[in-house]
Amino acid sequence: MTPSSSLDTAGAAPHDEHHDHHPSYLVDGTTIKSWLLTVDHKRIGLMFLFWVLLFFLVGGIFALLIRVELLTPGPTIMDAMTYNRTFTLHGLVMIFLFMIPAIPAVFGNFMLPLMLGAKDVAFPRLNLASLYIYLAGAVLALWGMLNGGLDTGWTFYTPYSTHTTTTVAPVLFGAFIIGFSSIATGINFIVTCHTMRAPGITWFKMPLFVWAIYATSCIQVLATPVIGLLLVLVTVENLFSFGMFDPARGGDPVLFQHLFWFYSHPAVYIMVLPAFGVMSEIVSTYSRKNLFGYRAVAYSSLGIAFVGFFAWGHHMFVSGQSTFDAGVFGVLTMLVGVFTAIKVFNWVGTVYKGAVDFKTPFAYFCGFLFFTVFGGMTGIALGTVSLDVAWHDTYFVVAHFHFIMVGATIMAFLAALHYWFPKMFGRTYHEGWGLVSAALIILGFNATFIPQFLLGNNGMPRRYYDYPERFQALNVASTAGATLLAFGFIIIAMYLAYALVYGKAAGKNPWRSKGYEWVSESPPPTHNFVGPQPTFPEEPHFYVDPKKAEVPDAV
Amino acid sequence: MSELLNNLLFLPESASTFAERVDLLHHFVVGTTMVMSAGVGLAALFMFFRYRRRLPAQATEYVVPTLKTEFLFVSVPLVFFLAWFGIGFRDFTWVTTPPKDAMDVYVMGKQWMWKFSYPEGPNGVNVMHVPANRPVRLLITSRDVLHSFYVPAFRIKMDALPGRYTQIWFEATKPGTYQVLCTEYCGLSHSKMLAEVVVLPEEEYEDWIKEQRRGRLQDRQDALADTSLVPPVARMVEQGQILAGTQGCLKCHSVDGSAHIGPTFLGMYDRVEKLDDGQDIRVDEAYITQSMMDPGAHLVAGYQNVMPTYQGKLQGPETAAIVEYIKSLRTPNVREGASEGPAYDPIQ
Ligand code: HEM
Ligand SMILES: [Cu+2]
Repeated sequence: MTPSSSLDTAGAAPHDEHHDHHPSYLVDGTTIKSWLLTVDHKRIGLMFLFWVLLFFLVGGIFALLIRVELLTPGPTIMDAMTYNRTFTLHGLVMIFLFMIPAIPAVFGNFMLPLMLGAKDVAFPRLNLASLYIYLAGAVLALWGMLNGGLDTGWTFYTPYSTHTTTTVAPVLFGAFIIGFSSIATGINFIVTCHTMRAPGITWFKMPLFVWAIYATSCIQVLATPVIGLLLVLVTVENLFSFGMFDPARGGDPVLFQHLFWFYSHPAVYIMVLPAFGVMSEIVSTYSRKNLFGYRAVAYSSLGIAFVGFFAWGHHMFVSGQSTFDAGVFGVLTMLVGVFTAIKVFNWVGTVYKGAVDFKTPFAYFCGFLFFTVFGGMTGIALGTVSLDVAWHDTYFVVAHFHFIMVGATIMAFLAALHYWFPKMFGRTYHEGWGLVSAALIILGFNATFIPQFLLGNNGMPRRYYDYPERFQALNVASTAGATLLAFGFIIIAMYLAYALVYGKAAGKNPWRSKGYEWVSESPPPTHNFVGPQPTFPEEPHFYVDPKKAEVPDAV
Repeated sequence: MSELLNNLLFLPESASTFAERVDLLHHFVVGTTMVMSAGVGLAALFMFFRYRRRLPAQATEYVVPTLKTEFLFVSVPLVFFLAWFGIGFRDFTWVTTPPKDAMDVYVMGKQWMWKFSYPEGPNGVNVMHVPANRPVRLLITSRDVLHSFYVPAFRIKMDALPGRYTQIWFEATKPGTYQVLCTEYCGLSHSKMLAEVVVLPEEEYEDWIKEQRRGRLQDRQDALADTSLVPPVARMVEQGQILAGTQGCLKCHSVDGSAHIGPTFLGMYDRVEKLDDGQDIRVDEAYITQSMMDPGAHLVAGYQNVMPTYQGKLQGPETAAIVEYIKSLRTPNVREGASEGPAYDPIQ
């Protein structure tokens, strides 16, 4: 990610005469310090990208270790304790260090001000602080996991987590710190949306990605304090033997679950709503169409954010909660499903009478559609209480959440990476490799997780180090799929790294998109726009009038 | 048809009345999901082709949905989702409300084994015997951390919580041996916490029970007794009675109906008690357990809060034994009709 000098010359379109006076943000200051202490939202976004990718690699390696271990029943490559720590590490790293920050902290940071015609986010210094808070928490949590190792799973259920002899405290405290980063980013985005919109951008002219980030930020700000509080309580209980959650001291283990899921259920929307936002942008750009039902998509983000707070009990249907609670949480779960359905129909509707250009990000859109539909439908099936009695805590659940939250998020993350790559680095990648690897990833993902749905049907519980013989065939299939998936990621890493250095100059707007973020240069100069603040007279995603349909600086 | 679908979807053998309900709904849900998704997917594929880009800067029409379209987008899925939910919730209520004539088995999870005890006598580790075609109510608790009792063939699952009882019931339809798994992560050997349910035909079950009792009697050097003439040995009840004495329960609670420092045990189970905060509460397993662990939580009107807590003094099976003892001190239910009789209230 260090800016090379070749980037400097090729980074700007040849006909860009402003370039000499307004260097792109990538080369405006090349010392280490100018990066580490920057308050430029684009550089901060890029640094987040670096860390998030690194943690994705770590989580991915642990995922593969899990899959290899499950290749045969009984011990394969590690002992039971190591396995238990491995899946805990995998879950924790993927959730707290990759999925939650991935899209908001990287692409939200980079694109939000551009999409609002602003020079930066509302609190640039807070933005930089949130990066370092995130890193501090990550270091503490990882240190704890490697020194002593935690084996509770990322859900930390009590009383196991308050009794286990492994080191719970540093990991929980690390996660607690990361929460502050999440809150800071959320506040920053909310204030930016409220106060920094350029003239002409009313609430209902904000790009849908901005809407999604806005809804996500609201959840982050409201829900994260709850898990922060909870992590502190568990730490204190673990260190000083308080009795909050321990029945042996008069506490209530189910109280922990309520508090935990009160955050962690909305948290899945923290991960998936930004993905929905990315896809709204992409489907519009590549089919050159205004979004079918813009308002419905915008409102449904808010709807999901709202109802998402009231569905947490569907993780606890068999925890001994009352039948009445199960009914209430079940119905509310169905409502979340309906909001997601509105989005799906409107995305597909957007293609109607459009002009589809099947580029790499659009391929990810297809994969995304598939994962969202099936992930969502299996979620509804799990909300159907009697079915959940059978499926709860089996591999069906593992497959479900990988489909909806991991599948959708990964699709969107990769789509965003490819879609905005020219914007961020001013270069293009090889389209052929892009499509091949997208196909490989989508295929690999299905091959990994479809067998897990069947494993769940067949009754294999999750977090199993060892399993009865009859589950083996499907486990082998799943591991084979994971290998395919890993290859897909390796290919992407290779051609994107190549493009970073040798890629062709992208020009200002290679996709001829009407998205607001393409109004500035690619890569943008430090304060985003040269000259006076731009105004945005048209609504976003607007491709109508043939005269206006010609994109200004099309290459 | 159902058999074929079960195989296609890798569902295990379905061996309880609840499993049949679950599978039926499962097939309905999977079926509609597939049809609906195929519809969306094919429509999308068709449009990707039909509306492919022909010119680089092609302009498109401004198309927005009518209110009616958006209404359809919302209402069609909602109707389906609520229908599934409705059926699922009915079945869920059914499986969490055991019929009154169900046979009770106490289940206790412990790192890393399942213990079963029967009010009529035998105890077992990792093997549970039940009769076919008779409702069985499981009263589940844990000795240490969370566990979850899962029998894939019956499609039932219920968490085991330390210090509390949860309940679920099933009626096995086919004799055979079925696997029990633990589905709540409980530490090192979580995946080794396996047990079996042995479903026996009714007569064989009776024989098995007699066999168990005979074993008990032999323990007592009472081998000559004709077991068929001996009344059932209520092992848990017996143990509970002893415990109630040694633990001091009987210093304050009478068993003959007379009020003492605490309410009498006679007829307590299933009685509706008036609490000093004006509420009513039905005495069930959960309430009795709570009263031992946290006596001040619900005070019966007219009594002082003087009972000490037994938290930490009584172990899971001991608690269960005392509960069984108290349950034995009631006028027995007159059982009428078959198994679909009046249902237990959900445990609190
Ligand atoms: C190569 C891709 C992946 C494979 C093969 C894989 C495999 C697995 C497996 C087998 C488990 C279950 C462990 C168990 O409960 O016994 C698991 C759990 C989990 N995975 Fe993945 N995973 C992959 C990618 C991801 C990604 C990308 C994320 C998130 C971004 C993720 C998030 C999680 C989470 C949150 C859990 C739950 C952890 C827990 O139960 O404590 N996984 N994964
Ligand atoms: Cu367990």
